[in-house]
Amino acid sequence: MNLLEMIRQPWPWYIAGPLIGLTVPALLLLGNKSFGISSSLRHVCAACMPANISFFKYDWKKESWNLAFVAGILIGGFLATQFLADPNEIVIAQATQDDLAALGLTSFSGLMPAELFSIEHIFTLKGLIFLVLGGFLVGFGTRYAGGGTSGHAIMGISNLQLPSLIATVFFMVGGFVGTLVLLPWFMSLI
Amino acid sequence: MKTNSDFQTKSFLADPILAEEMKADIQNEQGQGENVLNLSKYLVVGVLFGIVFVKAEIISWFRIQEMFRLDSFHMYGVIGSAIVVGMLSIQLIKKFNVKTLSGEEVKIAPKTFQKGQIYGGFLFGLGWALTGACPGPLFAQIGSGFLAVIITLLSAITGTWTYGALRAKLPH
Repeated sequence: MNLLEMIRQPWPWYIAGPLIGLTVPALLLLGNKSFGISSSLRHVCAACMPANISFFKYDWKKESWNLAFVAGILIGGFLATQFLADPNEIVIAQATQDDLAALGLTSFSGLMPAELFSIEHIFTLKGLIFLVLGGFLVGFGTRYAGGGTSGHAIMGISNLQLPSLIATVFFMVGGFVGTLVLLPWFMSLI
Repeated sequence: MKTNSDFQTKSFLADPILAEEMKADIQNEQGQGENVLNLSKYLVVGVLFGIVFVKAEIISWFRIQEMFRLDSFHMYGVIGSAIVVGMLSIQLIKKFNVKTLSGEEVKIAPKTFQKGQIYGGFLFGLGWALTGACPGPLFAQIGSGFLAVIITLLSAITGTWTYGALRAKLPH
């Protein structure tokens, strides 16, 4: 198997996790930056529509490195999908497929289920729930918590911060409730 | 020289919660300013990071479902090993007093406990399960061609803005 073929395979956790972990020292040593992504949403608010809200009146330009970082993530997503895509179909745990099939999903191909995340569903109840409500909770919740998976779960816990461990525990609690309670309810509505 | 940001920092300090929040949110501890060329290195790190997100299928809604249904170790392995590597890196940087590229001491703002980590954390978890994404993967999903996620991102920005508008009334 040549190198490109190997790279095209899905990467195992023990390759991906350490690479993500290395982002922490990379950002620190490149320019004293603490890893965190959800703040980029706040910087967008501060830059585009501060609306005289004190939470958005700060020097967002000093944090513009974070906007360059998330722009890079978008470009990386494009490059990986265009040039390094796995020719095979994604393999999803059978138990998860069975659970989701019982909720009404029929297609298990691609990284995202087309039944929920297609353009044609934007202006339907599906779009309202999975895109609008889901996105709102992500943006509201991460800022209320002062960070998300990268800022708290990875950067904060790496730096032995108890508040980050508490936040991470509640991310997981919310995720379990969202998956086991909210999702079945919403799937019964659509 | 008194800049506009000095003035704003001062007005933040008048509000203790707001001051705490700013401390926790400031991620740039570098003393020297940066120009566009400096910023491009963070773009490059972001590109590499985005590739890992896609290739390890971390941006997949299905992988997040597997995680919250305890049907796969993958996401636990990714996050767990990322924490271990991050923790070791920070310990090594502190132990050997490794300096940044521009020779500064590495500084990391501490996190302060407030009830938002409980309430906000729970709400974010709900959103994570529905969208299959934390803020990082949202950008990678859009780059991967899932253009409907642009709506998710706009809504997430609206969510952050709403938090900013309501925060004085929320328990912290």
